[in-house]
Amino acid sequence: MKNIVRINKLVACILLALAFSTTQIALAADANPSSTEIKIDNFTFAPQTVTVKVGTKITWTNSDDIPHTVVSNDSSFKSKTLDTDEKFSFTPTKPGTYSYFCSIHPKMTATVVVR
Amino acid sequence: MTEKNDNKIELDHNHDGGDIDRRGFLKCMAWAGTGALCVMQGGVLKSYSLSDPSSMKQRGKGELSFVQISDSHMGFNKPANPDVIATLKAAVDKINALPVTPEFMLHTGDISHLSKPEQFDNVDQILKSAKPQNVFFVPGEHDVLDDDGKQYRERYARNAKGAGWYSFDRKGIHFMGLVNVMNLKAGGLGTLGLEQLEWMKDDVKHLSKSTPIVVFAHIPLWAVYPEWGWGTDDSAQALAYLKKFGSVTVLNGHIHQTMQKIEGNVTFHTATSTAFPQPKPGAAPSPGPMKVPAEQLRSLLGVTEVNYMRKHHSLAVIDSTLE
Repeated sequence: MKNIVRINKLVACILLALAFSTTQIALAADANPSSTEIKIDNFTFAPQTVTVKVGTKITWTNSDDIPHTVVSNDSSFKSKTLDTDEKFSFTPTKPGTYSYFCSIHPKMTATVVVR
Repeated sequence: MTEKNDNKIELDHNHDGGDIDRRGFLKCMAWAGTGALCVMQGGVLKSYSLSDPSSMKQRGKGELSFVQISDSHMGFNKPANPDVIATLKAAVDKINALPVTPEFMLHTGDISHLSKPEQFDNVDQILKSAKPQNVFFVPGEHDVLDDDGKQYRERYARNAKGAGWYSFDRKGIHFMGLVNVMNLKAGGLGTLGLEQLEWMKDDVKHLSKSTPIVVFAHIPLWAVYPEWGWGTDDSAQALAYLKKFGSVTVLNGHIHQTMQKIEGNVTFHTATSTAFPQPKPGAAPSPGPMKVPAEQLRSLLGVTEVNYMRKHHSLAVIDSTLE
Protein backbone atom coordinates (compact mmCIF):
# COMPACT_ATOMS: atom_id res chain seq x y z
CA MET A 1 0.00 0.00 0.00
CA LYS A 2 2.75 2.34 1.02
CA ASN A 3 4.51 1.53 -2.19
CA ILE A 4 1.47 2.34 -4.26
CA VAL A 5 1.12 5.67 -2.51
CA ARG A 6 4.78 6.30 -3.15
CA ILE A 7 4.36 5.44 -6.80
CA ASN A 8 1.27 7.62 -6.96
CA LYS A 9 3.25 10.46 -5.42
CA LEU A 10 5.96 9.89 -7.94
CA VAL A 11 3.51 9.89 -10.85
CA ALA A 12 1.87 12.99 -9.47
CA CYS A 13 5.28 14.57 -9.23
CA ILE A 14 6.17 13.68 -12.76
CA LEU A 15 2.80 14.86 -13.99
CA LEU A 16 3.20 18.08 -12.07
CA ALA A 17 6.65 18.57 -13.52
CA LEU A 18 5.34 17.85 -16.98
CA ALA A 19 2.43 20.19 -16.52
CA PHE A 20 4.76 22.85 -15.23
CA SER A 21 7.16 22.49 -18.14
CA THR A 22 4.25 22.59 -20.60
CA THR A 23 3.02 25.72 -18.90
CA GLN A 24 6.51 27.10 -19.18
CA ILE A 25 6.55 26.35 -22.90
CA ALA A 26 3.07 27.83 -23.26
CA LEU A 27 4.15 30.89 -21.31
CA ALA A 28 7.26 31.22 -23.41
CA ALA A 29 5.13 30.82 -26.52
CA ASP A 30 2.79 33.51 -25.29
CA ALA A 31 5.55 35.91 -24.38
CA ASN A 32 6.96 36.30 -27.84
CA PRO A 33 5.58 33.98 -30.39
CA SER A 34 2.41 35.64 -30.86
CA SER A 35 3.62 37.21 -34.02
CA THR A 36 4.57 35.82 -37.37
CA GLU A 37 5.67 37.28 -40.67
CA ILE A 38 4.49 36.58 -44.21
CA LYS A 39 6.43 38.00 -47.10
CA ILE A 40 4.93 39.06 -50.43
CA ASP A 41 7.55 38.65 -53.09
CA ASN A 42 7.45 37.83 -56.80
CA PHE A 43 3.65 37.76 -56.76
CA THR A 44 3.70 35.03 -54.08
CA PHE A 45 2.81 34.83 -50.39
CA ALA A 46 5.55 33.05 -48.44
CA PRO A 47 5.12 30.81 -46.61
CA GLN A 48 2.09 29.60 -48.55
CA THR A 49 0.51 28.19 -45.39
CA VAL A 50 1.11 29.40 -41.84
CA THR A 51 -0.33 27.76 -38.74
CA VAL A 52 -0.74 30.00 -35.70
CA LYS A 53 -2.56 30.10 -32.38
CA VAL A 54 -5.51 32.34 -31.73
CA GLY A 55 -4.15 35.74 -30.78
CA THR A 56 -1.03 35.55 -32.90
CA LYS A 57 -0.35 38.74 -34.78
CA ILE A 58 0.29 38.03 -38.46
CA THR A 59 2.12 40.68 -40.45
CA TRP A 60 2.40 40.76 -44.22
CA THR A 61 5.09 42.87 -45.93
CA ASN A 62 5.00 43.67 -49.63
CA SER A 63 8.49 43.37 -51.11
CA ASP A 64 7.38 43.68 -54.75
CA ASP A 65 7.62 46.74 -57.02
CA ILE A 66 3.90 46.33 -57.61
CA PRO A 67 1.11 46.91 -55.08
CA HIS A 68 -0.76 43.97 -53.59
CA THR A 69 -3.57 43.37 -51.12
CA VAL A 70 -4.30 40.71 -48.51
CA VAL A 71 -7.99 39.74 -48.53
CA SER A 72 -9.53 36.68 -46.90
CA ASN A 73 -12.13 34.85 -48.97
CA ASP A 74 -14.70 35.16 -46.18
CA SER A 75 -13.87 38.83 -45.52
CA SER A 76 -12.47 38.12 -42.02
CA PHE A 77 -9.58 40.41 -42.90
CA LYS A 78 -8.93 42.83 -45.72
CA SER A 79 -5.97 45.14 -46.19
CA LYS A 80 -5.84 48.38 -48.04
CA THR A 81 -3.54 48.41 -51.06
CA LEU A 82 0.04 47.80 -49.91
CA ASP A 83 2.68 49.59 -51.93
CA THR A 84 6.31 48.48 -51.84
CA ASP A 85 7.51 47.83 -48.24
CA GLU A 86 4.11 48.55 -46.73
CA LYS A 87 2.73 46.19 -44.09
CA PHE A 88 -0.61 44.85 -42.96
CA SER A 89 -1.33 43.01 -39.70
CA PHE A 90 -4.19 40.85 -38.53
CA THR A 91 -4.65 39.02 -35.23
CA PRO A 92 -7.14 36.15 -35.49
CA THR A 93 -9.52 35.70 -32.57
CA LYS A 94 -11.22 32.50 -33.78
CA PRO A 95 -9.77 29.18 -34.84
CA GLY A 96 -10.30 28.15 -38.44
CA THR A 97 -8.75 27.89 -41.87
CA TYR A 98 -8.60 31.22 -43.63
CA SER A 99 -7.95 31.19 -47.36
CA TYR A 100 -6.88 34.57 -48.65
CA PHE A 101 -5.72 36.20 -51.90
CA CYS A 102 -4.53 39.43 -53.50
CA SER A 103 -7.63 41.14 -54.87
CA ILE A 104 -5.49 42.91 -57.50
CA HIS A 105 -3.77 39.71 -58.67
CA PRO A 106 -6.25 36.99 -57.73
CA LYS A 107 -3.93 34.21 -58.89
CA MET A 108 -2.00 34.93 -55.69
CA THR A 109 -3.58 32.71 -53.03
CA ALA A 110 -2.47 31.33 -49.64
CA THR A 111 -3.80 30.05 -46.33
CA VAL A 112 -3.66 30.89 -42.61
CA VAL A 113 -4.61 28.07 -40.23
CA VAL A 114 -5.60 29.26 -36.74
CA ARG A 115 -5.63 26.69 -33.91
CA MET B 1 -0.51 47.55 -105.71
CA THR B 2 1.06 44.24 -106.37
CA GLU B 3 0.35 41.08 -104.50
CA LYS B 4 2.21 37.82 -104.37
CA ASN B 5 0.58 34.83 -102.85
CA ASP B 6 3.25 32.22 -103.21
CA ASN B 7 4.61 32.68 -99.71
CA LYS B 8 1.38 33.81 -98.09
CA ILE B 9 2.75 37.23 -97.40
CA GLU B 10 0.99 39.90 -99.34
CA LEU B 11 2.26 43.38 -99.44
CA ASP B 12 0.98 46.68 -100.56
CA HIS B 13 4.00 48.82 -100.73
CA ASN B 14 2.75 52.27 -101.59
CA HIS B 15 6.15 53.83 -101.18
CA ASP B 16 7.44 53.00 -104.63
CA GLY B 17 4.74 50.74 -105.97
CA GLY B 18 7.23 47.99 -106.73
CA ASP B 19 6.93 44.27 -106.18
CA ILE B 20 7.70 43.04 -102.74
CA ASP B 21 8.22 39.42 -101.95
CA ARG B 22 9.70 37.77 -98.87
CA ARG B 23 12.83 39.85 -99.27
CA GLY B 24 10.67 42.91 -99.33
CA PHE B 25 8.95 41.77 -96.20
CA LEU B 26 12.29 41.52 -94.46
CA LYS B 27 13.18 44.93 -95.76
CA CYS B 28 9.97 46.26 -94.36
CA MET B 29 10.77 44.71 -91.02
CA ALA B 30 14.15 46.33 -91.10
CA TRP B 31 12.59 49.68 -91.77
CA ALA B 32 10.51 49.32 -88.68
CA GLY B 33 13.44 50.49 -86.62
CA THR B 34 14.34 53.32 -88.92
CA GLY B 35 11.14 55.18 -89.50
CA ALA B 36 8.65 53.11 -91.41
CA LEU B 37 5.42 51.63 -90.25
CA CYS B 38 4.49 48.10 -91.13
CA VAL B 39 0.80 47.55 -91.23
CA MET B 40 -1.00 44.30 -90.81
CA GLN B 41 -4.33 44.65 -92.51
CA GLY B 42 -6.60 41.69 -92.87
CA GLY B 43 -3.56 39.52 -93.46
CA VAL B 44 -2.06 42.05 -95.84
CA LEU B 45 1.14 43.68 -94.77
CA LYS B 46 1.59 47.27 -95.76
CA SER B 47 4.45 49.61 -95.21
CA TYR B 48 4.39 53.34 -94.92
CA SER B 49 7.42 55.53 -94.71
CA LEU B 50 7.37 58.01 -91.89
CA SER B 51 9.54 60.29 -93.96
CA ASP B 52 6.83 60.49 -96.57
CA PRO B 53 3.75 61.78 -94.78
CA SER B 54 1.76 61.86 -98.00
CA SER B 55 1.66 58.09 -98.02
CA MET B 56 -0.37 58.14 -94.85
CA LYS B 57 -2.53 61.04 -95.96
CA GLN B 58 -3.96 59.15 -98.88
CA ARG B 59 -6.93 58.07 -96.92
CA GLY B 60 -10.35 57.68 -98.42
CA LYS B 61 -13.59 59.06 -97.17
CA GLY B 62 -15.06 57.34 -94.16
CA GLU B 63 -11.75 56.01 -93.03
CA LEU B 64 -10.72 56.43 -89.47
CA SER B 65 -7.51 56.62 -87.52
CA PHE B 66 -7.20 56.45 -83.75
CA VAL B 67 -4.48 55.58 -81.25
CA GLN B 68 -4.34 53.33 -78.24
CA ILE B 69 -2.11 54.05 -75.28
CA SER B 70 -1.97 51.88 -72.19
CA ASP B 71 -0.56 51.28 -68.75
CA SER B 72 0.89 54.70 -68.01
CA HIS B 73 1.16 53.73 -64.29
CA MET B 74 1.50 57.34 -63.22
CA GLY B 75 3.17 57.38 -59.80
CA PHE B 76 5.42 54.39 -60.44
CA ASN B 77 8.98 55.42 -59.59
CA LYS B 78 11.02 52.23 -59.25
CA PRO B 79 14.21 51.39 -61.17
CA ALA B 80 12.35 49.83 -64.13
CA ASN B 81 11.37 53.43 -65.01
CA PRO B 82 11.99 56.21 -62.50
CA ASP B 83 10.35 58.78 -64.81
CA VAL B 84 6.98 57.65 -66.14
CA ILE B 85 6.02 61.29 -66.74
CA ALA B 86 8.79 61.64 -69.33
CA THR B 87 7.82 58.46 -71.15
CA LEU B 88 4.12 59.37 -71.24
CA LYS B 89 5.13 62.74 -72.66
CA ALA B 90 7.26 60.93 -75.25
CA ALA B 91 4.20 58.86 -76.20
CA VAL B 92 2.20 62.05 -76.68
CA ASP B 93 5.03 63.49 -78.82
CA LYS B 94 4.92 60.34 -80.91
CA ILE B 95 1.19 60.70 -81.42
CA ASN B 96 1.51 64.40 -82.25
CA ALA B 97 4.15 63.56 -84.87
CA LEU B 98 1.90 61.16 -86.77
CA PRO B 99 1.31 62.30 -90.34
CA VAL B 100 -2.43 62.22 -89.85
CA THR B 101 -3.81 63.33 -86.52
CA PRO B 102 -5.78 60.47 -85.00
CA GLU B 103 -9.39 61.36 -84.32
CA PHE B 104 -9.28 60.17 -80.72
CA MET B 105 -7.33 58.11 -78.23
CA LEU B 106 -8.17 55.00 -76.28
CA HIS B 107 -6.48 54.47 -72.94
CA THR B 108 -6.73 50.81 -71.98
CA GLY B 109 -6.20 51.21 -68.26
CA ASP B 110 -3.69 51.42 -65.44
CA ILE B 111 -3.76 55.15 -65.97
CA SER B 112 -2.41 55.50 -62.42
CA HIS B 113 -0.22 53.24 -60.34
CA LEU B 114 -2.10 53.62 -57.04
CA SER B 115 -5.43 55.33 -57.88
CA LYS B 116 -4.21 58.57 -56.28
CA PRO B 117 -5.95 61.80 -57.37
CA GLU B 118 -2.65 63.50 -58.22
CA GLN B 119 -1.66 60.55 -60.42
CA PHE B 120 -4.87 60.84 -62.45
CA ASP B 121 -4.38 64.63 -62.55
CA ASN B 122 -0.87 64.21 -63.96
CA VAL B 123 -2.05 61.94 -66.76
CA ASP B 124 -4.96 64.25 -67.60
CA GLN B 125 -2.55 67.18 -67.73
CA ILE B 126 -0.09 65.42 -70.03
CA LEU B 127 -2.81 64.10 -72.34
CA LYS B 128 -4.08 67.68 -72.78
CA SER B 129 -1.05 68.33 -74.94
CA ALA B 130 -1.99 65.54 -77.35
CA LYS B 131 -3.50 66.66 -80.65
CA PRO B 132 -6.42 64.24 -80.40
CA GLN B 133 -8.42 65.78 -77.56
CA ASN B 134 -10.96 63.08 -77.07
CA VAL B 135 -9.84 60.17 -74.89
CA PHE B 136 -11.91 57.09 -74.12
CA PHE B 137 -10.82 55.20 -71.02
CA VAL B 138 -11.35 51.80 -69.50
CA PRO B 139 -9.98 51.07 -66.01
CA GLY B 140 -7.07 48.84 -65.09
CA GLU B 141 -6.88 47.17 -61.70
CA HIS B 142 -4.54 49.94 -60.54
CA ASP B 143 -7.26 52.55 -61.19
CA VAL B 144 -9.89 51.08 -58.89
CA LEU B 145 -7.86 50.44 -55.71
CA ASP B 146 -9.50 50.72 -52.30
CA ASP B 147 -12.66 52.56 -53.44
CA ASP B 148 -14.37 50.03 -55.68
CA GLY B 149 -13.68 52.25 -58.68
CA LYS B 150 -15.69 55.22 -57.41
CA GLN B 151 -13.08 57.84 -58.24
CA TYR B 152 -12.43 56.28 -61.64
CA ARG B 153 -16.11 56.41 -62.55
CA GLU B 154 -16.43 60.02 -61.41
CA ARG B 155 -13.46 61.06 -63.49
CA TYR B 156 -13.70 58.96 -66.63
CA ALA B 157 -16.99 57.15 -66.87
CA ARG B 158 -19.77 59.46 -65.70
CA ASN B 159 -22.14 58.40 -68.46
CA ALA B 160 -21.12 54.76 -68.50
CA LYS B 161 -23.06 51.79 -67.23
CA GLY B 162 -22.24 49.58 -64.24
CA ALA B 163 -18.58 49.70 -63.26
CA GLY B 164 -17.82 51.90 -66.30
CA TRP B 165 -18.66 50.07 -69.53
CA TYR B 166 -20.09 51.87 -72.56
CA SER B 167 -20.25 51.86 -76.34
CA PHE B 168 -20.14 54.47 -79.09
CA ASP B 169 -20.03 54.66 -82.86
CA ARG B 170 -17.57 56.39 -85.17
CA LYS B 171 -17.57 56.24 -88.96
CA GLY B 172 -19.69 53.10 -88.94
CA ILE B 173 -17.49 51.28 -86.42
CA HIS B 174 -19.05 50.17 -83.15
CA PHE B 175 -16.71 50.62 -80.16
CA MET B 176 -17.26 48.86 -76.84
CA GLY B 177 -15.25 49.80 -73.75
CA LEU B 178 -15.38 46.98 -71.20
CA VAL B 179 -14.40 46.62 -67.54
CA ASN B 180 -12.78 43.35 -66.49
CA VAL B 181 -10.85 44.42 -63.38
CA MET B 182 -13.62 44.54 -60.77
CA ASN B 183 -14.77 41.91 -58.25
CA LEU B 184 -11.89 39.58 -59.03
CA LYS B 185 -12.28 36.20 -57.38
CA ALA B 186 -9.59 34.24 -55.51
CA GLY B 187 -7.65 32.06 -57.92
CA GLY B 188 -9.38 33.60 -60.95
CA LEU B 189 -8.56 35.85 -63.90
CA GLY B 190 -10.11 39.07 -65.15
CA THR B 191 -13.88 39.04 -65.10
CA LEU B 192 -16.65 40.85 -66.96
CA GLY B 193 -19.56 39.60 -64.89
CA LEU B 194 -23.14 38.74 -65.76
CA GLU B 195 -24.50 42.27 -65.74
CA GLN B 196 -21.93 43.46 -68.26
CA LEU B 197 -22.33 40.37 -70.45
CA GLU B 198 -26.09 40.94 -70.58
CA TRP B 199 -25.50 44.54 -71.54
CA MET B 200 -23.10 43.45 -74.31
CA LYS B 201 -25.60 41.03 -75.73
CA ASP B 202 -28.22 43.74 -75.82
CA ASP B 203 -25.83 46.39 -77.12
CA VAL B 204 -24.95 44.51 -80.32
CA LYS B 205 -28.35 42.94 -80.90
CA HIS B 206 -29.51 45.48 -83.47
CA LEU B 207 -26.24 45.92 -85.35
CA SER B 208 -25.82 44.47 -88.83
CA LYS B 209 -23.23 41.75 -89.13
CA SER B 210 -21.14 43.89 -91.47
CA THR B 211 -20.54 46.48 -88.72
CA PRO B 212 -16.87 46.44 -87.72
CA ILE B 213 -16.56 45.99 -83.97
CA VAL B 214 -13.74 47.27 -81.77
CA VAL B 215 -13.70 45.98 -78.21
CA PHE B 216 -11.25 47.50 -75.75
CA ALA B 217 -10.58 46.40 -72.18
CA HIS B 218 -7.60 46.31 -69.83
CA ILE B 219 -6.92 42.61 -69.23
CA PRO B 220 -6.61 40.53 -72.41
CA LEU B 221 -9.84 38.88 -73.52
CA TRP B 222 -7.89 35.81 -74.61
CA ALA B 223 -5.80 33.41 -72.57
CA VAL B 224 -2.37 34.92 -73.06
CA TYR B 225 -0.91 33.29 -69.94
CA PRO B 226 -3.44 32.35 -67.27
CA GLU B 227 -0.65 31.33 -64.86
CA TRP B 228 0.09 35.04 -64.51
CA GLY B 229 -3.54 36.07 -64.61
CA TRP B 230 -3.26 37.21 -68.24
CA GLY B 231 -6.73 36.34 -69.39
CA THR B 232 -10.41 36.87 -68.61
CA ASP B 233 -12.54 34.10 -67.12
CA ASP B 234 -15.75 34.85 -69.00
CA SER B 235 -14.33 36.26 -72.25
CA ALA B 236 -15.62 33.29 -74.28
CA GLN B 237 -19.18 34.34 -73.47
CA ALA B 238 -18.46 37.91 -74.55
CA LEU B 239 -16.92 36.76 -77.83
CA ALA B 240 -19.86 34.45 -78.47
CA TYR B 241 -22.08 37.56 -78.70
CA LEU B 242 -19.75 38.92 -81.40
CA LYS B 243 -19.65 35.78 -83.55
CA LYS B 244 -22.00 37.09 -86.21
CA PHE B 245 -19.78 40.06 -87.05
CA GLY B 246 -17.35 39.86 -89.93
CA SER B 247 -14.67 42.02 -88.32
CA VAL B 248 -13.93 42.15 -84.61
CA THR B 249 -10.82 43.83 -83.23
CA VAL B 250 -9.99 43.36 -79.55
CA LEU B 251 -7.53 45.83 -78.03
CA ASN B 252 -6.07 45.19 -74.60
CA GLY B 253 -3.24 46.33 -72.31
CA HIS B 254 -2.14 44.91 -68.93
CA ILE B 255 0.75 42.74 -70.15
CA HIS B 256 3.02 45.65 -71.19
CA GLN B 257 4.07 44.09 -74.49
CA THR B 258 2.59 43.63 -77.94
CA MET B 259 1.02 40.35 -78.85
CA GLN B 260 -1.34 39.46 -81.63
CA LYS B 261 -3.57 36.53 -82.38
CA ILE B 262 -6.11 36.03 -85.13
CA GLU B 263 -8.91 33.61 -84.48
CA GLY B 264 -11.58 33.44 -87.17
CA ASN B 265 -13.22 36.86 -87.39
CA VAL B 266 -11.43 38.19 -84.32
CA THR B 267 -8.07 39.93 -84.18
CA PHE B 268 -6.67 40.21 -80.65
CA HIS B 269 -3.98 42.74 -79.97
CA THR B 270 -2.22 43.90 -76.82
CA ALA B 271 -0.39 47.21 -76.56
CA THR B 272 2.88 48.16 -74.93
CA SER B 273 2.93 50.27 -71.80
CA THR B 274 4.11 53.85 -71.72
CA ALA B 275 5.75 53.16 -68.33
CA PHE B 276 7.69 49.89 -68.05
CA PRO B 277 7.97 46.55 -69.85
CA GLN B 278 6.98 43.20 -68.42
CA PRO B 279 8.64 39.84 -69.15
CA LYS B 280 7.44 37.48 -71.84
CA PRO B 281 5.02 34.87 -70.47
CA GLY B 282 6.87 32.51 -68.14
CA ALA B 283 10.25 34.11 -68.83
CA ALA B 284 10.65 35.33 -65.24
CA PRO B 285 9.51 34.19 -61.79
CA SER B 286 6.70 36.77 -61.85
CA PRO B 287 5.11 39.36 -64.16
CA GLY B 288 6.62 42.27 -62.21
CA PRO B 289 8.28 45.26 -63.92
CA MET B 290 11.19 44.18 -66.13
CA LYS B 291 14.39 46.11 -65.55
CA VAL B 292 16.35 46.81 -68.71
CA PRO B 293 19.33 49.07 -69.38
CA ALA B 294 18.16 52.69 -69.51
CA GLU B 295 19.08 53.06 -73.17
CA GLN B 296 16.80 50.13 -74.06
CA LEU B 297 13.76 51.24 -72.13
CA ARG B 298 12.07 53.32 -74.82
CA SER B 299 12.44 50.56 -77.39
CA LEU B 300 10.10 48.48 -75.21
CA LEU B 301 7.49 51.18 -74.64
CA GLY B 302 5.18 52.57 -77.26
CA VAL B 303 1.87 53.55 -78.75
CA THR B 304 -0.49 51.72 -81.07
CA GLU B 305 -2.16 53.31 -84.06
CA VAL B 306 -5.26 51.79 -85.61
CA ASN B 307 -6.49 52.64 -89.08
CA TYR B 308 -9.80 51.61 -90.50
CA MET B 309 -9.83 51.17 -94.26
CA ARG B 310 -13.43 51.10 -95.38
CA LYS B 311 -12.46 49.70 -98.77
CA HIS B 312 -10.94 46.63 -97.14
CA HIS B 313 -13.45 46.58 -94.35
CA SER B 314 -10.73 45.94 -91.84
CA LEU B 315 -8.60 47.60 -89.23
CA ALA B 316 -4.85 47.89 -89.47
CA VAL B 317 -2.96 47.89 -86.18
CA ILE B 318 0.44 49.57 -86.09
CA ASP B 319 2.74 49.49 -83.09
CA SER B 320 5.56 51.94 -82.76
CA THR B 321 8.07 52.30 -79.97
CA LEU B 322 9.02 55.48 -78.15
CA GLU B 323 12.51 55.51 -79.60
